[in-house]
Amino acid sequence: MSDDALFAAVMDPANRADPYPLYARLRERPVSRQRDGSYVVSTHAAIRSLLFDPRLSSEDLPPPRRPRTGNPLKDLILNPIKNRISATHRPFIFRDPPDHDRLRSLVMREFSIARVQALRPRIAQEVDALIDACRGRGEVCLVSDLSYPLPVTVICELLGVPRADEPRFQAWATQLATAVEPDARHDDATRRQIVGAFDEIAAYMGDLIREKRRRPTDDMLSGLAAPGPGGRKQMSDFDLLSTAVLLLVAGHETTVNLITNAMLTLLRHPEELERLRADPERAPRLIEEVLRYEPPVHFRTRKALGTITVAGETIPKGAPVILLFAAANRDPSRFQAPDRFDPDRGDIEHFGFGGGLHYCVGAPLARIEAEIALVALSRRLVAPRLAVDPPPYRPGASLRGPEELRIGIDGTA
Amino acid sequence: MKPASGAGVLRVVVDLNRCQGYAQCCYAAPDAFAIRGHEILFYDPAPPAERRGAIERALQACPVRAISLQAGPDDGDAP
Amino acid sequence: MTPEPAGIVVVGASLAGLRGAEALRRGGYDGPLTLVGAEPYRPYDRPPLSKHVLAGELAADATRLPELTDLRARWRLGSPAVSLDRASRTLRLGDGSVLAYEALLITTGAEARPWPAETGGGLAGIFTLRGRDDAAALREALVARPRQVLIVGGGLIGCEAASCLRDLGLPVTLVDPNPAPLARGLGGFVGGVIAGCLRDSGAMFRPGTMVRAFEGDAAGHVARARLADGSTIETNLVIAALGATRATGWLRGAGLRADAGGVTCDAACRVLAADGTPCPDIYAAGDVARWPIALYGHRLIAVEHWGNAIEQAAHAARNLLAGPGDQRPYTHLPAFWSSQFGVNIKLVGLPEGADSVAVVQGSRASRRFLAVYGRAGRSIAAVSFDQARWLPAYAEAITAGAPFPPINDATDRPRIETSAPGFPSLRTAPAHPAAETVHV
Repeated sequence: MSDDALFAAVMDPANRADPYPLYARLRERPVSRQRDGSYVVSTHAAIRSLLFDPRLSSEDLPPPRRPRTGNPLKDLILNPIKNRISATHRPFIFRDPPDHDRLRSLVMREFSIARVQALRPRIAQEVDALIDACRGRGEVCLVSDLSYPLPVTVICELLGVPRADEPRFQAWATQLATAVEPDARHDDATRRQIVGAFDEIAAYMGDLIREKRRRPTDDMLSGLAAPGPGGRKQMSDFDLLSTAVLLLVAGHETTVNLITNAMLTLLRHPEELERLRADPERAPRLIEEVLRYEPPVHFRTRKALGTITVAGETIPKGAPVILLFAAANRDPSRFQAPDRFDPDRGDIEHFGFGGGLHYCVGAPLARIEAEIALVALSRRLVAPRLAVDPPPYRPGASLRGPEELRIGIDGTA
Repeated sequence: MKPASGAGVLRVVVDLNRCQGYAQCCYAAPDAFAIRGHEILFYDPAPPAERRGAIERALQACPVRAISLQAGPDDGDAP
Repeated sequence: MTPEPAGIVVVGASLAGLRGAEALRRGGYDGPLTLVGAEPYRPYDRPPLSKHVLAGELAADATRLPELTDLRARWRLGSPAVSLDRASRTLRLGDGSVLAYEALLITTGAEARPWPAETGGGLAGIFTLRGRDDAAALREALVARPRQVLIVGGGLIGCEAASCLRDLGLPVTLVDPNPAPLARGLGGFVGGVIAGCLRDSGAMFRPGTMVRAFEGDAAGHVARARLADGSTIETNLVIAALGATRATGWLRGAGLRADAGGVTCDAACRVLAADGTPCPDIYAAGDVARWPIALYGHRLIAVEHWGNAIEQAAHAARNLLAGPGDQRPYTHLPAFWSSQFGVNIKLVGLPEGADSVAVVQGSRASRRFLAVYGRAGRSIAAVSFDQARWLPAYAEAITAGAPFPPINDATDRPRIETSAPGFPSLRTAPAHPAAETVHV
């Protein structure tokens, strides 16, 4: 395989279960130009350098377009307006400073330490209930039994979205998450589906936001929708909508991978699972090592606003840049024996939550969920073992994780 | 005012050159770490020993590994 | 008296001494290890003293540093080294005892420059701020709610103290000979932002003048300051923030290149003898060490920064244990932080000698910006006010000797504004106490 086809191979679902040999080949050139003109960055030093480079823009997605409907009112007036709105009010992970900073800081104010801490007992209760529900079974599917429903419940509670409504937008959320996959931007049909899902979920959210304005409750949506100083809106309605949708989707599509990847890794290293069972205080270091070794998000795409020289390679102005975090996490020039899962390595400076300005907003919550879930799983699943290894994977190459994880058990404790 | 170092106290130092204000420590150990203003980290260099678990979480969660915690007892020699 | 067994002696038990000793142990050194400290305390952290300790948020003795390696050291605290005899490989301590050494690591740091006795330095109520005891004494005096505080010197310590004292609601006047605070460290262009913060905080800022003398009351307590412009300021508490001198007095007569500006080392951190040859058994690190920095034309510079203390001590320890054929040069990009007036200030590189400065992100008006310093077309330093997240990119550019300004086309695409940095010229700098330092 030629070097400029390596990233296409990463995108190939056949390589989903083990992309790491491809990453190793990509790292041979820290910045590797691909056939489609994008530049894949895969070493720790080069990614670290670019994460702090103000010439790398996150406004990389082409503006989404609504499909033609044949209705002139929609095609000529309404949809072009909607297109323009979607392009200028993207979620803040697709925005640059100063807009990004303003929106993100408003979100962080609502994502307060007190509010996140207060979720701990709720998460523990939910984890116990989910494991209780597996009583009497000889096999569980971790994804559908715990690592999907847990973060969904948590994000719904945090945002103030009725959990009962969740089945309505589950499919939309999954569809929207594909927006971060590079192949989605090349494919018109996928793009249309993304826009369609956004319009549907935005309609739902719009209603909910109006409701929160009428009757505020103690949750993030109410907080974001509430008037700011001087009675003015904290953010525009369009920004509020895209922010709310982003948080909901991110809550659906990322923590699931962290929990599933962690359990998969522990079941492949049963001695570590046993150590966790004996000593739950090992959980934090174990989770950081999972974030390095099997991160929930493998890469993010940016755009070069200027000509950038990094690791001796020149990225031309306007080129798409793919920051391959998961490859940097296994960079042997940064980590000793990077392909070994070793929670006791002193140095776990990973990109499992990205880095720089766009460092994952939900990281503290993901850590709490993963810690509580893993400790409970290690204690309550009796003699757990992988029923299928490797498990089948979801289609995403960036948001990468198992579709299902079947675990044989001798019951639950 | 925070108690002085002594028995039952941990010792913490943060490399504020490395610190980028990610605030992960504040979520992990809110009693010991706080961000003030946009990005000033204030921390307790002598938290009580019972906060050890939270401090360890903060240390692990720091994206730039800027937090140091004394792991064992002193090498003995007073003071 | 039986001589104690020789081994490695680390003179100076603060940050550099501690981290140097740890690096020796981590590097495999298993012999006798002695740490000598002038103060009677195990190593403690200084940056919080001028911030949270003055503010009363932390006790002065709460900042003891974590010891990160099992040191198995002998601690000789509370008695400073007073002389060094290289011929007999011994050093004498203030308590009269004599220590033999096989190798020496000098980490004695620096001392606050006191107000001269002949112009009122002996009066009660005049404080310096360097050590734990200084901070405790000053804090105690602040609790008594002084009527009017005068801070002499608008360097980092002076500004941090002013910020804290305003938070405590105390009336503060800050006098500095330059047009702006931090002018010697960061230039007047950037320092002007802090001048705005000072004024907004309610402090009185008196630039372009200096204190000539202090006068006391009948009880010998400071009562007023007489300024160079002829005016007087009533004050009953003075903080003399005049910078620091390196603690090298004990090396007088030792035949080493040492003076109040530091002890001179080669690039490998080996201390130079008077004839300029490096001593194979004496290394120095931290505030006290002056070494040729390759990035800045091999100028001999002592860097009084927290990060340098750690890195240089580890490097010196490494070279001390390595053979003469394996002495690696110490490469370091100076960096510091300071927090004052609610702003996080971070610097990488050395702005001194810059001929221009450019705000590359944000704006001075918003007090959130990143500015780069250039000299002869190269980027030599960058300072961030509440924009630390971007600083690593500029640190890399400076290390690589990138052109000035190093980065165009940033995401928020500001109009890049280039100005003169506004460093006070040496000619106009007063002869007496204005030494600006960048220790934090």
